[in-house]
Amino acid sequence: MMGIPGNWRLRKQRYQLAGTKCQNCCQIHFPPRQVCPACKNRRLEDFRLSGKGTVYSYTIIYQSTPKFEFFVPYVVALIDLEEGPRITAQLTDVDPDQVEIGMPVEMVRRKISEQGERGLIHYGYKFRPRIR
Amino acid sequence: MVNTGESSLAEILIPDRPVGIVGYGAYIPRYRLPAREIARLWRGTQEAEALPIDQKSVPGPDEDTITMAIEAAENALLRAAISPEKIRAVWIGSESHPYAVKPSGTIVAQALGITPNASTADFEFACKAGTEAMQAGFGFVGSKMADYVLAIAVDTAQGRPGDALEYTAAAGGAAFVIGPAEEALAVLEGTFSYVTDTPDFFRRAHQLYPEHGHRFTGEPAYFHHITHAACKLMEGLNTRPQDYAAVVFHQPNTKFPLKVAKKLGFREEQVRTGLLAPFIGNTYAGASPLGFTAVLDEARPKDRILVVSFGSGAGSDAMSFRVTEAIVQRRDRAPLTRVYLRRTKPIDYATYAKWRNKIVMH
Amino acid sequence: MRPVAIVGIGQTPVREHWDAGLRELAVQAVWQALDECHLDTIDVFYVGNMLSGTLTGQEHLATLIAEYAGLTGVEAIKAEAACGSGAAAFRQAVLAVASGAAEVALAVGVEKLTETSTHKTTDGLASAADADYETAMGISFVALNALLMRRYMYEYRYHKSDFSAFIEIAHRNAVHNPHAMFRHRVHRDQYERAKMVADPVNLLDSSPIADGAAAVVISSQDRINQFPNRPIWVAACEVSTDTIALDNRENPLWLKAAERSVRKAFKTSGLTHRDIQLFELHDAFSIMSALSLEGSGFAERGTAVRLANEGHFAIDGLLPISTFGGLKARGHPVGATGLYQIVEATLQLRGQAPKAIQLPDARIAMTQNIGGSGATIITTILSRERL
Repeated sequence: MMGIPGNWRLRKQRYQLAGTKCQNCCQIHFPPRQVCPACKNRRLEDFRLSGKGTVYSYTIIYQSTPKFEFFVPYVVALIDLEEGPRITAQLTDVDPDQVEIGMPVEMVRRKISEQGERGLIHYGYKFRPRIR
Repeated sequence: MVNTGESSLAEILIPDRPVGIVGYGAYIPRYRLPAREIARLWRGTQEAEALPIDQKSVPGPDEDTITMAIEAAENALLRAAISPEKIRAVWIGSESHPYAVKPSGTIVAQALGITPNASTADFEFACKAGTEAMQAGFGFVGSKMADYVLAIAVDTAQGRPGDALEYTAAAGGAAFVIGPAEEALAVLEGTFSYVTDTPDFFRRAHQLYPEHGHRFTGEPAYFHHITHAACKLMEGLNTRPQDYAAVVFHQPNTKFPLKVAKKLGFREEQVRTGLLAPFIGNTYAGASPLGFTAVLDEARPKDRILVVSFGSGAGSDAMSFRVTEAIVQRRDRAPLTRVYLRRTKPIDYATYAKWRNKIVMH
Repeated sequence: MRPVAIVGIGQTPVREHWDAGLRELAVQAVWQALDECHLDTIDVFYVGNMLSGTLTGQEHLATLIAEYAGLTGVEAIKAEAACGSGAAAFRQAVLAVASGAAEVALAVGVEKLTETSTHKTTDGLASAADADYETAMGISFVALNALLMRRYMYEYRYHKSDFSAFIEIAHRNAVHNPHAMFRHRVHRDQYERAKMVADPVNLLDSSPIADGAAAVVISSQDRINQFPNRPIWVAACEVSTDTIALDNRENPLWLKAAERSVRKAFKTSGLTHRDIQLFELHDAFSIMSALSLEGSGFAERGTAVRLANEGHFAIDGLLPISTFGGLKARGHPVGATGLYQIVEATLQLRGQAPKAIQLPDARIAMTQNIGGSGATIITTILSRERL
């Protein structure tokens, strides 16, 4: 799938939830945008999201794409971030049967995948039940 | 107390500019493998008393030295309350860096918003890789080359299946923001390093698991180096064991630190707060640093703390600190070490073997 | 724009076609359609397909198929909109003729999903989602639908087994469709025992991986009389898009693109919900059936599952869906599906459907083809009479 440059280009989004904020209507976006989805304005500034949110929906994956097979069963969720955007991410450090819609979660940096034994390790955001 | 002969202040290491710990942070993964589980597979029915610790911490399948370093460092930055751009070096000590070539520090620095105006490097010296990073930090800040350094000590240690080390090789670590003494919650009084070529435990390049010298790792290695480093430092500072509120030793198991404490004249109560091995095992480069964070979590202003690491190969770094008033306000800005200690999920040997890649798939 | 009608249709059975590749399948469907209307040439040739490049290393597909169909020289272009590629190709064909740029156009959808390992196919299907922010995080396409299903169950207080109704409807109808991949009934207890893929989506919630090709010939009103079959008029064919990633939807449970394309289709055709007698919806997953019905305005929010259980959408219900088995039982060769839907609706309106699933006096049908998790929705209304 994506190679070295593609993954590198996403590092700020993946490591720090780097998004954008519209200078016109103040909507906050993740992923970062060039055009505001709300008002179509193109003057946007960098904005880092806090990583605090709640679970909107989740699923437990029993059959996955090959890259993630090692982690099966794992939980993926749609998370409502406190600044407004909703994000898709894995949940970690939690038993699948303890996940609930509405659960408060926080962002952590974890290994997302690897490009084989010789390739890059891809780090990025996952979410876990809040301890901070 | 060992008689090391004449020594003066000049022999111990003290930077020109007073320095200290401005922020500290811990991280321990959630999973625990009971020692009994390992014994179940590899030693039939051994009595519980024969096991070196109760349980060890195991990193989850999505964790490694880099992910743990990021969280420990985040906690340290929260306590320090300085903006990441002020950090001018990120030095990480570990024996389980994910890349053989590509410093863990680059990823950690990027993730924390410290890049690009910083130096990063990976340190290795078995279990004292982290305290070395701290010493380098003391020097960098102490020489006024920079005001703040992030020194991180983290490991996801591996033990060969069935080997004695497997019982204790664990995961976790700590991070320290080192800065000027006026801003510190613990001021460095002095440090001392004692190093010899003593091959008690080592790993050749490309080998998965280390070799160790069994009983040779005791007297000639652990005890010799810790004792000399601690004694030299206390002589140089003119301090005695009773001057310390707490002492933290490298802790490969529960027995060794208690034994060396007694030998040096410390009471068991002084060691207990910083002794985490019974609950999480040996976190290698993270071991004495994590113990140090547990002590800081409970320290009071004016307390003196002694930290003595040991790295196989071999060497020991001794550090003496004085806690300041600042600790009171900063302690609660990030999760206490006990939050991570208490966050546990037991796993079985099969899960552990899968996660730690001990199952060879052809 | 001038009125256009479907004058020829063709389809291969939907199954694992080990003996036929993309070109063989497509050519079969193309010539069935051309033979039906006694043509051996057309003006414009559109191919709908999603994964020919990813799974077989073959891009440039329309030109290849045109050549193998004996139509070298014709204007040939591939249309891609993930699982909506079939209807996307149809839309282009309709536009070409309606605008006057062409007199006769052909749209063929073709897909070969069995060409390589299931893993590569799963990876390929996942490319309908947002590669950087959904797929990269370990979300499979099934997982996206599972997220929707769980949230829907949470908001409207349904049990998993309530969704069985959609599967039972599709399979019951497919028994009578000789081209369907699955022609057996499925009962509720089988649904409840099916293996979980991504909780709460199980194996029976999901349409199967299959190969197939379906084709449609479209003509302008001016030449209608030269064709032997009853023309079926394209009363509307409208496209709307929504955000690719599920997490950017305003309300993930509301298919805005369905709402918009249906509204546009009613505006173009002058028809209303009450005129629609059957709905070939995009039941890639049981939750999609529910969301399609609600977003398209055939059921109030949160009620589609209940209505399905009350028989509302059965072949003899108020609004039959999946009359030939839908994606679930007829099968879902992704890029071809949109055209299978149109072929089936055409058969209904011509009165040529198998007896047990033929609607008495079918005059107006709606088909809806969806790309991704609702990101591209193409709604078509076909009519027996010119409106």
